[in-house]
Parts: sequence; C-alpha cells; structure tokens
Amino acid sequence: MYLADRSAPASGGAKTAPDRGPVRAPAVASTVLALGTVSMITDISSEMVTAVLPLYLIAGLGLSPLGFGALDGVYNGVSALVQLTGGHLADRVRNHKLIAGIGYGLSAACKPLLLLAHSLGPISVILTLERTGKGLRTAPRDALISLSTPPELQGRAFGVHRAMDTTGALLGPLAAFLILSLTVDGYDAVFGVSACVAALGVVVLMLFVPSGGRTAQAPPQAKATATDAATTAADATATDATAVPDAGRPAPVRLRDALGLLRLPRLRNLAVCAVLLGLTTVSDAFVYLLLQRRTGIGDQWFPLLPLGTAAVFLLLAVPAGALADRIGRRTVFLTGHALLLAGYGLLLWAPDWPALPFLVLALHGMFYAATDGVLPAAVAATVPGELRATGMALVGTGQALARFGCSLAFGGAWTLWGTGPALAGAAAGLLCCAAVAGFVLRPSAPQDTRTTAPNPKPVRPPR
Amino acid sequence: MSKSRRLLVLAVAVLLLGGLAAALVLRSASRGEKPQAGSPAVAAGTVTLTRPGSLAFLNGGQGPHRGALASVPADAPESERTASELTCQRFHAAAGTGVCLRSTPGALAQDNKALIVDSELRTLRSFPLAGTPSRARVSPSGRFAAWTVFVSGESYGAAFFSTRTAIVDTRTWKLEANLEEFAIDMDGRQHRAQDVNFWGVTFSKDDDTFYATVSTGGETHLVKGSISGRSVKTLAKNVECPSLSPDETRIAYKKRVRAGASLWREHVMDLGTLREHALAEKRSVDDQAAWLDDRTLAYGLPTDGAADSTDLWTVPADGSGTPRLLAPGASSPARLG
Repeated sequence: MYLADRSAPASGGAKTAPDRGPVRAPAVASTVLALGTVSMITDISSEMVTAVLPLYLIAGLGLSPLGFGALDGVYNGVSALVQLTGGHLADRVRNHKLIAGIGYGLSAACKPLLLLAHSLGPISVILTLERTGKGLRTAPRDALISLSTPPELQGRAFGVHRAMDTTGALLGPLAAFLILSLTVDGYDAVFGVSACVAALGVVVLMLFVPSGGRTAQAPPQAKATATDAATTAADATATDATAVPDAGRPAPVRLRDALGLLRLPRLRNLAVCAVLLGLTTVSDAFVYLLLQRRTGIGDQWFPLLPLGTAAVFLLLAVPAGALADRIGRRTVFLTGHALLLAGYGLLLWAPDWPALPFLVLALHGMFYAATDGVLPAAVAATVPGELRATGMALVGTGQALARFGCSLAFGGAWTLWGTGPALAGAAAGLLCCAAVAGFVLRPSAPQDTRTTAPNPKPVRPPR
Repeated sequence: MSKSRRLLVLAVAVLLLGGLAAALVLRSASRGEKPQAGSPAVAAGTVTLTRPGSLAFLNGGQGPHRGALASVPADAPESERTASELTCQRFHAAAGTGVCLRSTPGALAQDNKALIVDSELRTLRSFPLAGTPSRARVSPSGRFAAWTVFVSGESYGAAFFSTRTAIVDTRTWKLEANLEEFAIDMDGRQHRAQDVNFWGVTFSKDDDTFYATVSTGGETHLVKGSISGRSVKTLAKNVECPSLSPDETRIAYKKRVRAGASLWREHVMDLGTLREHALAEKRSVDDQAAWLDDRTLAYGLPTDGAADSTDLWTVPADGSGTPRLLAPGASSPARLG
C-alpha cells in the first residue's frame, strides 16, 4: 500500500518512494493527519457524552452526590492497565491499526448502550468498557504517529495530533448543548448522535490510516536506533527483538521483550521521569477548585475554566512540538513543568490581580502544550519500531498511574493540611522531581544520542 | 482500495451516519410537540404554590410540558396534570416559596441557575450555580431555600468528587454560598477537613434548625445545624439525603446497605431515640424522599425499562404496607398548601 510506504519515516538517505520523487520530509505525514482526524471525531463523540453525563445522571435519573461520586475515579486504573495490554498486543500482532480500531470500535459501541442503562450498575459497566476502548487504542495510535514520522519531526507530529484531538474535545460539548437546545430532554439524541460520530471515526480510521507496525518496512535508520539501544542495554532479549532480518518477517515480539524494554536506559529514564513528575502533577479538577477558592471567580464561570486550559493547549500544541524538535524535547518538556510550577506559585503567593485566573489557566495550558505531545515524541526516539507501542504504553501507563496516585495523595494532603499547604507540598515535590528529571534526562537528551552510547556509531541528524 | 474509492466510501458513510444522527435529533425534537400514547394527560394552566390540597412535581412524561412544574389534586394524583411554564431539573416548594434548579445548554458550557419563585411562579431572585443541580428544599415557613449542586472540574474519569450546598434567606437575601464554611462538631470535637461535602438539606419549622448529609473521611453523617449559629453537629453515621417529617419527630433517609456498593434503602429514624427502621420499599432508592403527610413518604425511582425517566412512588413511613405508584413520569414531589 502506497500510504504505508509514504508513511515510513523519511530516512537520511536519498530513498525514493514509489509514488513520489525523492522523499522530502512533508510538513506532517498524511497518517498523522488521518489519525488526528480520527481522534478529533472520536473526541467530539466522547466529549458530547461527558458534557451531558452529570446532568443526565444527577438531574435526569436522580443520583445523589455519593452515587455519582461512586462513578468517579473508578476508571483510571482500568484505563492505565488496558493501555499496557493494548500497546503490547499491537506490537505482538504487528498491526497497530487493528488494535487501535478495536479500541475505537469498543468505545463507539458503548455509546448507544448508554440509552439502555438507567441505573448506576449498568452505567458503570458501560463507562468502564468505554474507558477500556480508550486504553486499548492510545498506545497503538501514538505508535502509528511516531512510526509514520521522521525522527526530527516527531514533536511537531504529536503537536498536530494533540491540537486536532483538543479541537474535538472543544467541539463535543458545543454539539451536545446544541442538540439539547434543539430537543426536549434529548439525552437519547445526544447519545445516539455521539454513537454515529464515533462510528464515523472508526470508518475514517479504517479507510485512511495504514496499519503500521509493519516492522519489515522499518527503514534502515530506525533499525540502527533499535540496535544502538539494544547494545547500550547489553541485553540479549532486546537484541533478539530488534535484530530484524532485512528479509520481510521480523521475529515475533514476546512479553519478555516488552519487559526488556525497561532495560533500555533512555526509556527507563523517561519512564522514571514521567512517573516522578506525574506524582506531583495535581489533577485538573483540583487546580480549577483551587483557582476558584483563591480568586473567588463567580460560580457561573466555573464550568468554563477547563475550556481556558484547553484553548491555550490547542493554540500552542503545534508550536511547542515544533520547538521541541528544534531545541530539544528535554528542554521543552522541563520548561513545561517549570510553567506548571509557576502556575502553582501564582496560586499560592500572587496578590489578587484581576488577571490571575487568566495567567494560571494560560500557564496550565502551556504546561500541557509543552508536555503532552512532547513526551511520546521523546519516547519514540528511544524505542525500536517493533516495540514502539509497548514503549509508548509503558510510559503512558506509568504516568497515568502516577497521576492517579497524586490525586489520592493530594486529596489526603488537602484533608490533613488544607489547600495552601497541600499545594505548597505539591509544588515542592514538583520542583524536586523536575530537578531529578533534569539530571536524569541530561546525559541522554534526545537530541544528543552520542552521550549515551558507549559504542561509536554514525551521528544522526539533529532533531 | 484506490483513493477515489475510499473517498466514495467515506461520503456514503457520512451520508448514512449523518442521516441517522439527523433522524435521531428530529425524533427527539418532535417528541416535544405531541403527547405519546400512555403518557399521563397534561394540560397547560396556572399553577400556584399556595393552592391547598395539591401536589406539585416536575412532569417527566414524554410530550409537551416535559420538565415543567405541574400540579394535581393530592387525593387524585392520576387526574390530568396542570402544567406551568416553569421548567426545572429539581424543584421544591413550601408556604408559597419555590426553588427551581435549572440547567440550560449555554454557548460553551451548561448554564446552571437556582431560581427563587413566589407563589405565582414569578422569579424573585436567581443565583448562578457552579455545577449540576442535585437537591433542592424550602423550609416549611417558606423563608429559607437550600440547594446542592455537583461540581465537576473535568471529565468523569477523575478521582474526585465535590458538592456545594447553599442556603438563602428569602427575606434578607443573605446567601450562605457554601455550608462547608460552617463549624462542624463531630462527636464533640471540632472537625476541620477539606474533604467535607454537604448535601441534602432539610429544614425545621423554627427557621433556624436544619439537617443535612455531611461526607468526610469516606463516611456519611447526619448533621443537625443552626443557620444563625453557622454550625452543625453530627448525630449518626451512614445517613444520606435526610427529610424531616412534618411533626419533626422523625427523619427519613437513605442508608447504604452494603459497604462500597451503590445500593441504598430508605429508612426512618426516630430523632428522640435515634432508633431506625427500614421501609417496605425493597428497591434501591437514590433520592431525597419527601413527606406527603406524617405517615407517607414519596420518592423517585427510575422508570422500569426506560432510561432518562423516573416515577414517583409512595410507601408508609412506619415500615408497613407496600410501595405504591403515585405518578408515572414525575420527579421532585412537594405537597402544597
């Protein structure tokens, strides 16, 4: 399939693709645009449901706060562990598109089921399945993005994807509220339309996204990366998995190859940093609550706070990704956390400026722009192509579980010490973790591979 | 597949799915115009909150007037409903004062408001709400109104849950925007914690005393509070959504029957002895019940086989008898007059 060919990373050499002249790095690979479109459509669908779900459950079905609270927080663990499964499965069957498609399909199938459920139990099951679909698709999708993009453009590719994704997240509630205003208690219409939109996302995925993960087509350069990494790890297992014969069929990926990934120092460092920083990243809901307590923003503005963060993220995701490609992902990633730290600082110590809410939301959005796509871009640079989805999942799962842990710990600290001390604690933790991350990531900064590799090897183009 | 073939398939998919989506929206929009077979009879009319012997609730039947505040004679709840222009997600009224929690789709997010209405349903004040309407109550004298909203800062995946409960004095319009600022006396000790959530206020006739649910440290407590003293005191554990009987001797509430499970049974507690007994309703009730008189409780339950609809049921308060259907397709009951 020519799409697959075109989506292969443009290598440093003057390789020619069958359907084009000499390969020139395109602005963004068509696969990335296709996946971005799929994510955008899917996010419209899922955010439509998310936007009306509280009203549907609390006002429509009469759930008490505790009943609704029981729905909260159940899915993080599920989603994180499923992500690991999805990543490994995708590498194992060597068909990222298939696993991602199953994930997207599962989520789509759950939407109409919401129409049939009218008590807490079934709704919990359906929402858990929906999250399972999300968990399944995340890692193979990110692997597809990274496999279709030359190494020096990974940051921008992920930036484009995240910006499209966020556009969907912003459009979803608009669509839901439009439908609710056209209908009378049209929750069924919202869920039905959401299912149609999700199905369209699956169709676009099937039609326009190549299956990827065809490691046989991995370009020479990706293989070089893999071999470097494996030699660095001095790990026979990883070498097994990465010693791809030039003939078509690669060795099958096994579970211990996945575990062997953690012996890659650069991936391990990234995973450790993602976990450390995740442990000190206060969940969004707490940030908005703190912001309201701190500034006394009127209640009517409260539901708009997440939109502020999302809008800034949307505007800056692509520039931040491109910047990361140019000046180094480590720098941008750490700067993002510094911006978050500045946001915490403002919440803690700033005087009552009228601009305070805007500043905090801007910093919060900038933090996401500088980290959300940049981390997978950095992971992509450390993991061999045939284990890409597994590597993405390892870091993603670690980060998600860490953030979940942070939510619990922050809730506890909030209870014991109150808001100010809890946030000060988180800020101090973030400062320490960022310092550790700056140190740990330093020798293996993604743009300078020579420092990690004990063996001499060809210098790769700067990223 | 060639590129043009793929675009063709995409166009067909867009047309099919778009058509289906449009049909769903149209069906849902037209549903508002004509009543559906089997739905209770409703007619537009005037609802006043001071009409003696009537029962008010939010009409949930499919058709026009869905979501509207409606009234029926309390002794003939199956007769034709009189629907007002006022639509709410939650409603309660007493002695000529009503509180209507309303959530309307806004441009970017839903727009939530609490409206205080007089006996002719004219809006006296409106207060913006930080989240989704959950519980509403008016004091027996009509002077105080309370409401609870569920505040969510992001999608449903967060390990986080927060409510905000407010009480307003409709005489002075003094607003207690967040009961979490009240002092909490827990088993004789001052309790300070940030994970405190209040919900489900119910008022006494004295226009000062109220009861509510407080959740903290993973447990729910029944608290008795004083509005003027800005304080509450815990009385009992595992008590949610209390409702004070008209003679003020008992509290009806929902009790979690198994730890960790979202399963509640309606109970009644004698405030003198703190002894409780279960009611005849064996289904899980997740609502703040309302007393129709000193012997009867009304509460909403999800309609069998239909999503997005609740029916009102009644059950004797002394634990005897059996549940009885009061009004299909209805919620937020309040005895008027």
